[in-house]
This record gives sequence, C-alpha cells and structure tokens, in this order.
Amino acid sequence: MVSFLKTVIKAIPVGLSVTFKNIFRKPTTLEYPEVKPDLSPQYRGLHYLARYDNGEERCVCCGLCAAACPADCIYMEPYENERGERKARIYIINEIRCIFCGYCEEACPEEAIFLGKEFEFSKYEIPDFIYSKEMLLGNFDRIEMERRKKLGMEFIRKTRFDFRMPTPSIGDSESSIEK
Amino acid sequence: MDNLETKPIGPSDQKLMEINMGPQHPATHGVLRLVLQLDGETVIKCTPVIGYLHTGIEKTMENKTYLQALTCTDRIDYLGPMLNNFAYSLAVEKLFELDVPPKAQWARICLAELTRLNSHLVWLGTHALDIGAMTMFFYTFREREVLLKLFEDCSGQRMMTSYIIPGGLYYDLPPDFDKSIRIILETFPSRIDEYEDLLTNNQIWINRTKGVGVISPEDAIGYGLTGPTLRGSGVNYDVRKANPYSGYEKFDFEVPLGSNCDCYDRYLCRVAELRQSLRIIRQAIDGLPDGPFRSENRKFVLPPKFDVFTSMEAMIHHFKLVAHGMIPPAKGEAYVPIESGKGELGFYIVSDGTKKPYRVKVRPPCFINLAAIHKMVEGRLIADVIAVIGSIDIVLGEVDR
Ligand code: SF4
Ligand code: SF4
Repeated sequence: MVSFLKTVIKAIPVGLSVTFKNIFRKPTTLEYPEVKPDLSPQYRGLHYLARYDNGEERCVCCGLCAAACPADCIYMEPYENERGERKARIYIINEIRCIFCGYCEEACPEEAIFLGKEFEFSKYEIPDFIYSKEMLLGNFDRIEMERRKKLGMEFIRKTRFDFRMPTPSIGDSESSIEK
Repeated sequence: MDNLETKPIGPSDQKLMEINMGPQHPATHGVLRLVLQLDGETVIKCTPVIGYLHTGIEKTMENKTYLQALTCTDRIDYLGPMLNNFAYSLAVEKLFELDVPPKAQWARICLAELTRLNSHLVWLGTHALDIGAMTMFFYTFREREVLLKLFEDCSGQRMMTSYIIPGGLYYDLPPDFDKSIRIILETFPSRIDEYEDLLTNNQIWINRTKGVGVISPEDAIGYGLTGPTLRGSGVNYDVRKANPYSGYEKFDFEVPLGSNCDCYDRYLCRVAELRQSLRIIRQAIDGLPDGPFRSENRKFVLPPKFDVFTSMEAMIHHFKLVAHGMIPPAKGEAYVPIESGKGELGFYIVSDGTKKPYRVKVRPPCFINLAAIHKMVEGRLIADVIAVIGSIDIVLGEVDR
C-alpha cells in the first residue's frame, strides 16, 4: 500500500508536468475550411492537361498514361487534326476510380498530364467525376491564371518537375520548333 | 468454422454467455469480431472472426504488372506504407536480380525506420486510448503529422506513398530531406521521454497492462509470432539482425527484449524500439551517399524523367517499359522477409515469365499475431481483451487483405 502510494504521489506530478508543458506548445491543427493546408510541391491532387505556350494542348494521345494506370481509369480516342498531328478526340479520366498514384504523370513522354494541387473537388453526382479533356484543360487554365496572377502577369512556365530538373524547360524548345 | 455457430445454451453451460465484441466495437481497431464465451466477466473462450475488410488485394496484384501492383501494397498495412513498398520491392528485386544504388538503399532504410516510428506512434496512441489514456492519442498523432508531412514531401501522398519501387525510389529525395530529418531527430527523443513520463510509471497503466496477456516464449514461437509481440516474451528474433537485408548489417542498433511476456513488456519493447529507430535514422542520414536514386538497369527500371527528355535511348526504354511492363528474365519465385512495425512481413512472388506475377502471397505479421489472441485472453477478464488487442498491434487491412 505504501509503495503504491509512493508511485502514485511521484507519477501524478510527472504526468501533469507533461500536460502543463503541452499547453504552451503551438497547436498543429488547422481551422480547415478557412485555413488551407500547406501542400508540398510534390503533392498529387486533381489532374490537369497542360498546354503549349501558344495555347495548344500538349497531349498527343499516345496512350502511355492509360497503359501505366493501375486503376484503369484513363480512356482516350485519337484523331488527326488539320495539320496532320495526332491529338486526342476523347480523353477521359474517371477521378472516382483514380488512386492518385502519379504513374500517368511519370509515364507521359510529352509532359502533358500532371497531378495538380487541388484536393477539394467533391461533388454530389458520380458522373460529375468523369473529367473530359475540356475539363482537364480547364483545370490547367485555372491553375495557370492563378499562377500568373501571383507572379504579376509575368509568364513563367513551371511544371512539377522543375524543382527536380534544373534545366532549360524542354516544353519551350519544343514549342519553338513547332513555330 | 462450426465452433462459431451460436449454440443454444443448454442446461450444462447455463452460466456461460456468448457475446460478440465487434465488428463495430471502437476498441477493435477496425472491423475485428471476437466471439467471447463468458462466465460472468471471465473469458472462457475467444474466437477471432476476420474477413470483414477482405479486399482481395493478393488477387488484384496478380492482375497488375509488377510496377502497378506496388500501389496495392500501400493499402495492406496502411500505417506502414513504406515498409510494405520496401518488402515488395525487395522480393521483386530478387526475382529480377536487380541492383539498387547505395543512395536508394540508405534512403530506404531511413524511410523504413521513419515508417516504423509512424506505425509505433499510432499504436501507442490507440493502445493508450483504448485503455483510457486519451491525451496520448493527441500527442502521438501530433508527432505523426511531422512524419506524414515528410512522406508527402518525398512521395506526394501522406499515406499511399508508393515511393519505394523495385530498383530504387520513385522520385528523387526532396531537397530539404536532410533538414527535415534533423528536425525530427532533434525533437523526437524528448517527445518519447514525455510519453514515458505519462505512461511508464503510471499506476493505472501498470494495473491495466502488467501481467495481462501473458504468452510464454514457447507458445509465442509455436504460434509463429514475430515482431515486438514476440520480443516482449524475451525471444531475440529480429529480421534486421537475424537475416539482414538492404544493408542493415552496417547499422549499429539493439533489439529491445522483454522478460515478463505481458502487455507492459510489449509496450516497453516498442517504446525502446522508437529510440532504436531514431538511432538507425541518425546513422542512415549521416551516411547518406550521393548518386542516382534508381537502378541504372534500363531493362527493368524506368529511366529518370530528365533522361527521357534528353536521351533517345532512355526514351525508347521508357516507352517499352511503360507499355509492356517489367518482364522477368526467367520463371521463378522469390521471398524476402523484412521487419515491419508489426513483425516479419514478406511477399512471396511466383513468376511465370510474363509481365504479371503468377501468384503473390503476403506473409502478414498481424494475421499471424492475431491467431494467438486466445492464448493471451482466456481465463482473464473481459476488460483485458481490450488491452491485449492493443498490445498485439493489429491493422485489419493487413489481417484481411
Ligand atoms: S494518378 Fe494513377 S490512378 Fe490516377 S489516372 Fe494517373 S495513373 Fe491512373
Ligand atoms: S497525357 Fe501524355 S501519356 Fe497520356 S496520351 Fe497524352 S501524351 Fe500520351
């Protein structure tokens, strides 16, 4: 009984001192809808399809992203445009099947598809999650507009690979060849 | 399965009562159902019923290419995604006879130990929460947040990382990897001291865990227990020491052992393991070499994205690998065990020479540890069942797969 009391008398102040210390620590929780979390540059969120600087879509409908996708959630059909370039007539990502693994992004040889930073795209209807090419390009336009606004209308092409690859950006050289 | 059927209580066992604990009990860590036969408050018989979270992951993996199947491994033990990635990658590397560059090897060990920290922190928080110490849950989850942030920096996702791939890492390490780890190494030891201040000498904690859930070393070995559940019974078996993989033999660390075979010793073991993990991380980050983060073997491993845009050859390999998948050089099979947060985790892969594995079998530590639960709880009070479930550290995603 005495030893029991001894441990209790010793343990309670020790435990309470820990609690007391933690009162003054900065909380790690966020007031979420008002305060957005600080996402890392690598974050894998909602997809977007990138455009060249002249506004043309980059995707050539090669199908590598669909081949790499573990969830089988990409579907596409090609067509030839008036300049004889292969482009996607239909390009669909089923965002409700997608597991946001980023394999499509790694597979794409054209730097066309990326996983953006958006994570708040809940909807009421399941069909709304099926993103068409226009919606995916629209995602890019929105991201691009935001970025331009942030940078004061100064255009800097920046993809997710930029901080991995400190190189002259390849997309620009390609688009200049095209011109 | 016939012993699971609820028997009509006859005159001979009039006093016995059969109740279900779970599958919706808050303390059963998901959807575990335990059929308990009670005499008053004493447990006479305990039968775990599993399968409520069965998702057929093994079968799904058999229908994916080797790289795609990696994403399924995240979802087996969702508290230790990198350890699952690690185990799967090691098995695939053995099958393909792949070499891994030193930077990836050291980074893998670093990340694996961080994941062990993550897994043990969740265990500590939920175990304490089940027994009634609610504060611990908030403290451990606060620390876990730092680790998840680091995982997000590395891989882009907090839990479903898919970061350690056959042949190396999926992306290069982030630029401030070193700095983030140093911060973790600085702050965590004092935080672990705090946990110990709260629990180790806490009389309620001792009463609830000491002498509870005893399993003798012979039984523990007989049931095939691994991990801290085994080491709490004083059996010195740690895959990192017994069967070193990925260069663990170069690291200096101890394997903490218990002696009383009860929940309290398993708790002490895991807390000591937290400190040992920090020790390994410190050595790994100090010795982290420079170099490529993926194998240079272009036959099986995707070239880094930068090379794809600059070298024609890499582009060809990239197309071939993405379109056809990794095709193993020969028929064969491979199994590599690793020490995950819960015990010995291994993937047994059989290949028939095509781009998809013929069979993938997971050796899940939780499933096998759970099988011994009746040894630990029979003859004890019903409240002890909660403490035992917590102390064997199960993740139902791994039990059911
Ligand atoms: S992120 Fe993964 S699952 Fe989603 S579309 Fe891309 S490859 Fe498919
Ligand atoms: S997004 Fe990229 S990988 Fe997918 S079809 Fe278009 S160009 Fe090919």
